[in-house]
Amino acid sequence: MAIFINENTPILVQGFTGRIGTFHAQEMIDYGTNVVGGVTPGKGGSTHLGRPVFNTMKGAVDETKAEASIVFVPPPFAADAIMEAADAGIKYCVCITDGIPTQDMIRVKRYMRRYKKENRMVLTGPNCAGTISPGKAMLGIMPGHIYMPGRIGIVGRSGTLGYEAASQLKSLGIGVSTSVGIGGDPINGSSFKDVLEHFAEDPDTDAVMMIGEIGGPQEAEAGEYIRDHFKKPVVAYIAGLSAPKGRRMGHAGAIVSSFGESASEKVDILKGCGVIIAPTPSEMGATVQKALAARKAA
Amino acid sequence: MDIHEYQAKELLAKFNVPVPRGGLAYSPEQAVYRSTEIGGSRWVVKAQIHSGARGKAGGIKVCNTDNEIEAAAEGLLGKKLVTIQTGPAGKLVSRLYIEEATDIDKEIYLSFVMDRAAEKIVVVSSAAGGMDIEEISHSQPDTIIKVAVDPAVGMQGFQAREVAFGLGADPEIISKLERVILGCYRAFRDLDASMLEINPLVITKQKSVVALDAKMSFDENALFRRPQIAELRDKSQEDPRETYANDRGLSYVGLDGDIGCIVNGAGLAMATLDMIKLAGGEPANFLDIGGGASPERVTKSFKAVLRDKNVKAILVNVFAGINRCDWVAKGVVDAIRELEIKVPIVVRLAGTNVEEGRKIIDQSGLTMISAETLADAANKAVSAAKQAA
Repeated sequence: MAIFINENTPILVQGFTGRIGTFHAQEMIDYGTNVVGGVTPGKGGSTHLGRPVFNTMKGAVDETKAEASIVFVPPPFAADAIMEAADAGIKYCVCITDGIPTQDMIRVKRYMRRYKKENRMVLTGPNCAGTISPGKAMLGIMPGHIYMPGRIGIVGRSGTLGYEAASQLKSLGIGVSTSVGIGGDPINGSSFKDVLEHFAEDPDTDAVMMIGEIGGPQEAEAGEYIRDHFKKPVVAYIAGLSAPKGRRMGHAGAIVSSFGESASEKVDILKGCGVIIAPTPSEMGATVQKALAARKAA
Repeated sequence: MDIHEYQAKELLAKFNVPVPRGGLAYSPEQAVYRSTEIGGSRWVVKAQIHSGARGKAGGIKVCNTDNEIEAAAEGLLGKKLVTIQTGPAGKLVSRLYIEEATDIDKEIYLSFVMDRAAEKIVVVSSAAGGMDIEEISHSQPDTIIKVAVDPAVGMQGFQAREVAFGLGADPEIISKLERVILGCYRAFRDLDASMLEINPLVITKQKSVVALDAKMSFDENALFRRPQIAELRDKSQEDPRETYANDRGLSYVGLDGDIGCIVNGAGLAMATLDMIKLAGGEPANFLDIGGGASPERVTKSFKAVLRDKNVKAILVNVFAGINRCDWVAKGVVDAIRELEIKVPIVVRLAGTNVEEGRKIIDQSGLTMISAETLADAANKAVSAAKQAA
């Protein structure tokens, strides 16, 4: 099954004809993703990568019955693109764009709350590498070949650290059901908890690798949810052990500004909630392997 | 991005937030001149650096005469002020702000932050002003008032009054406080701030409300639409290593160790620093070269890392997704040749085109230490740095 996307999900690319959109749309198509078209305002009616281009998301959804979209629109216009997707009835949207102003994201989140929960679009990102259901579909910018199809869910803020986890798992012969990037921005579409709720419902996911980092309350929130509701084993690694307080480590959201936001505090909170901690970033795969073996033995 | 107190006050004044009369000075003579301009009989000479807790560090002096002003200015200008927030290196004082002294009756704490859990702008206030917020939340948590603002409609008058009445202010002060709170909110929203702190906001003996201090930080992602804020950047307040790297589009944070790091992706970069620490070493920096790591960007990264004279070894860790290992390898080889790098370099490549990348490294004839895994790379970098030390 996998979560969010599979080989049948019809997908639109927002910012389709731009340099970055074109490059990654081609990669997604080559991976086998069902890309049905794209949107670039002003270029509607033309064809790009053998697929139709539309002026608006509404027009594109009407025509293609697309259910998911991916946003490659530059930062000044990205919030607008996400809201357009939500308004057009898209069910799942990934925003890759890095550099969206925080207040724009606050408005996006507020706008999405107009819709009842059952009709509300799920957004992951921005500032993420996207989502991949290995062997089925890729809605992102990751190197598809490092993910082996399997039964471990991955959810993380960082793109390359997610690659690291996937390739460690692959080298141990462990595959991935779906890997979801929630992005490095302070205000993001879905939290760790939001994504875990989807993994909880997925019969093809046996355990989850969660990759957090310094800054923000979402790892702690996920910890409470795991303790109280999540039945599958969760392995976590939190990056930024050596990050000084008050300094932004690359990601806009990776900054320790209050109590409970440092890596060591987050590790303690998660441990207390029954999450298995990978002691080093080099042992993410091995820790998952151990957790799986322990579950089998039990 | 941080700005100076006097800049924050200039911005806030435009949003109807009252601030004391004051002027900027770059020399002791100018400081005295400013005080004459302002008039009155008591002044405050304030060192302008990007840090709080300046008062405790001796950066704020109350003066009654021209001689005192001159002496205070001489004592501060050109010196590095060390506060609990600057670290031991301190920050250079090159500007002073001279202000009329204020007759303080009450001190209030007022701040606006981006609350990541609520996903809203939140006002935080307390009648226990003058102390920092950590202190207040520790010693007088009951005095803290928090109000969240709905982004669809913005802050309403009743919300500002909720704060004002909650502070226990006299009835005649309420409308003045309301104006200040709403003004601050508009400044925060319209200028894309990420933090605004007035500590203290004072009620004077004459029953007026004045922002005695002001601290603002801004969302760097929004600077493209706030050119008037972007130009307030003061490079003299930054770590020169960071200024150099950031001006070249690299995401860099200077640290105190001796192992330089060049990594793609913020998360992997943080994990690499963690791994170095766990292996018993100390990283010299955080550096994310970003997605499209062309050979030129790799060379730029080496230049940035090597500006730090403490660097005794360099660790390159690239997990190629969009970029390719052969490109990165070419960049590493070019950089070593061009910059004649003497320190040992550990290279760990993974992902797209990893075989081609390793081949370029192996066939370059240059001495590099290659590593297979993250742990292997960190161990090798730590022992290389120790040998070089």
